[in-house]
Amino acid sequence: MRKLFKKPFLSISILMLVLLSACSGKSSETTGEGTSSKEGDVINAKIGVISYITGPGAAYGEAITNGFKLAQKEINDKGEVNINLVIEDSAGKQEEALSAAQKLMSDDSIVALLGPTLSTEMNVVGPEAELNGIPIMGTSTTAEGIPQIGEYVFRNSLPEALAIPTSIKKAVEKNSVKKVAILYGNDDVFTKSGFDTMKKVAEDMGLEIVTIETFQKGQSDYNAQLTKIKGLEPDLILCSALYNEGAVIMDQARKMGVDVPFVGGNGFNSPQVIEIAGKAADGLIVATPWFGDKENPKVQAFNEKYEAEYKMKPDQFAAQAYDALYIMAEALKNAGEADRDKLKEALLEIKDLEGILGKFSFDKDGDVVMDPTVLIIKDGKFKVFE
Amino acid sequence: MLLEQLINGITLGSIYAIVALGFTLVFGVLGIINMAHGEIFMFGAFIGVIITSTLGLPLWIAFLAAIIVTGILGYMLERVALRPLRGKQGVSHLAPLISTIGASILLENLSHHLFGAGNHPFRNAFAEISFQIGSITIYLVQILIFVISVILMIVLSYWLLKTKAGKALRATAENIETASILGVNTKRIIILTVVIASAMGGIAGILVGMAFNSVNPQMGLSMGLKGLAIIILGGMGNVRGAMAGGLILGLSETLIVAYGDSGYRDAVAFITIIVILLLRPQGLFGQKTTAAGR
Repeated sequence: MRKLFKKPFLSISILMLVLLSACSGKSSETTGEGTSSKEGDVINAKIGVISYITGPGAAYGEAITNGFKLAQKEINDKGEVNINLVIEDSAGKQEEALSAAQKLMSDDSIVALLGPTLSTEMNVVGPEAELNGIPIMGTSTTAEGIPQIGEYVFRNSLPEALAIPTSIKKAVEKNSVKKVAILYGNDDVFTKSGFDTMKKVAEDMGLEIVTIETFQKGQSDYNAQLTKIKGLEPDLILCSALYNEGAVIMDQARKMGVDVPFVGGNGFNSPQVIEIAGKAADGLIVATPWFGDKENPKVQAFNEKYEAEYKMKPDQFAAQAYDALYIMAEALKNAGEADRDKLKEALLEIKDLEGILGKFSFDKDGDVVMDPTVLIIKDGKFKVFE
Repeated sequence: MLLEQLINGITLGSIYAIVALGFTLVFGVLGIINMAHGEIFMFGAFIGVIITSTLGLPLWIAFLAAIIVTGILGYMLERVALRPLRGKQGVSHLAPLISTIGASILLENLSHHLFGAGNHPFRNAFAEISFQIGSITIYLVQILIFVISVILMIVLSYWLLKTKAGKALRATAENIETASILGVNTKRIIILTVVIASAMGGIAGILVGMAFNSVNPQMGLSMGLKGLAIIILGGMGNVRGAMAGGLILGLSETLIVAYGDSGYRDAVAFITIIVILLLRPQGLFGQKTTAAGR
């Protein structure tokens, strides 16, 4: 009897497990209601979002989708444009990003795409969007050449090629730097592109590069590289890393007695660095479009709303996503209707749009035009580097 | 500089060795490669973070809690993923491997949900204690890691060779049916093995957290793969082999960075392993005939 009972029970529980995993595997969620047609004066638009929601970089996807959702709520409350977001997970993988994009593009009611999160993903999704004639805007893709993929490809994230030279120049001026060491993640397009920029800037400025060291994503021991750097006594360390790895690198460096300042790229710029590395984060110099402590009523209002909604401080990924949706809304309003081609034209005409990141314009390629602020971490806080 | 790098290498190698000891124990007795071991190790590290950083309790409680939690995880792994497959007709010998891979994915995703995706710092006063010799900074944790790994190896060897439970365990490893006919409670021995191996993973987790100040849900995977490579290098199911293999891998990785190019770190380390295996296919301490000899 017991055996008889056990078998169906087992198969049912297996079936349930399969069902459960099927549900969670490809999560697609739709927020808001309505279709993409024009009702009265309100422009209804459906926008697809591809984000890194599961996997090692899920923290980015979380911040980004939070930023979108917050902006969506505000824009829809205003009543001029009504936006629906269809959110798809890319898991940080090219092939999954592509299939998510294809799924979204085949839906004719979707007027534009936001995302994907990584530049690697954008390199495969961008050309596909170009082919289908759908505007796509990256909110966190900072590698070189992204907007040059095609006329439908935009971004509102400050490219490394603009941010890094600003911060290196300032750091070199203030600390009279002569020798630099470079440390970067060599398994990611983003950190690799940051490294290329760093190396070029250092060479152009006539700095001596004492060594170039690499690491891989998710590594936990950087002592070997750091000991080597310590022995070569650089005045400044250029570190192209995402904050998760970067914070641990700084912590281990400070423990070892390396106390020279670090210059980081965009991915290094997060309040999380201070949370993870604590005191060791002091001396990190970054150039950023986003400065949370800026005394600007718009920025402060965003901080408050974000913290109230998600119980944590917004980082630049949330801020860029938030602004991106506002840019989309503005363009939709100017375009007058939810049409892919009209939206593309309207996006290109965006000029000096006041957002939480500052005044924003697109150049002819669909790339960012704006001035970054250089920040340094001091006493556990980001401060303007003067 | 060289001395510092050697200390780095020995620290890393000792951690690899402790992880590999857990692997090799389960392999020696059950003949199963436990792919979930890395994730159990990661859970141990997270328990350490929660106890010391979040709750602010002393370190020894963290060790105790990590041993208990990872021990329970090991028990559950045995009950849910391994025992149902054991001794059944028609079950492929690869089935337990796959079910432990399943368990590892489950544990990784679980820790994503419980702890979040980012790195967690391991703040503890003990991890800050250091000595300064010239320009070299040595942390007490680094010495502790080495000492613990050596102690674990010695205790494990003694336990396996000299005690009754250890003999029962080796008998089970030799042949389950015969051992069980001769009065060994093989079920209990197997549970004991998996639990001890998991608890060792938990200890390694806390040590890594303290040494590198970085704990995240992905740390289990790379550590698990390295552990696997080490037991193949040292000889499957061999305690001394796991220790030697761990140190070789840790030191070679560190020295490649110090005197070569850090981009080739893993490549050269694994080429070393391939070369050693070409010369000694059974691993450094492995025996030619039986897979599970000790």
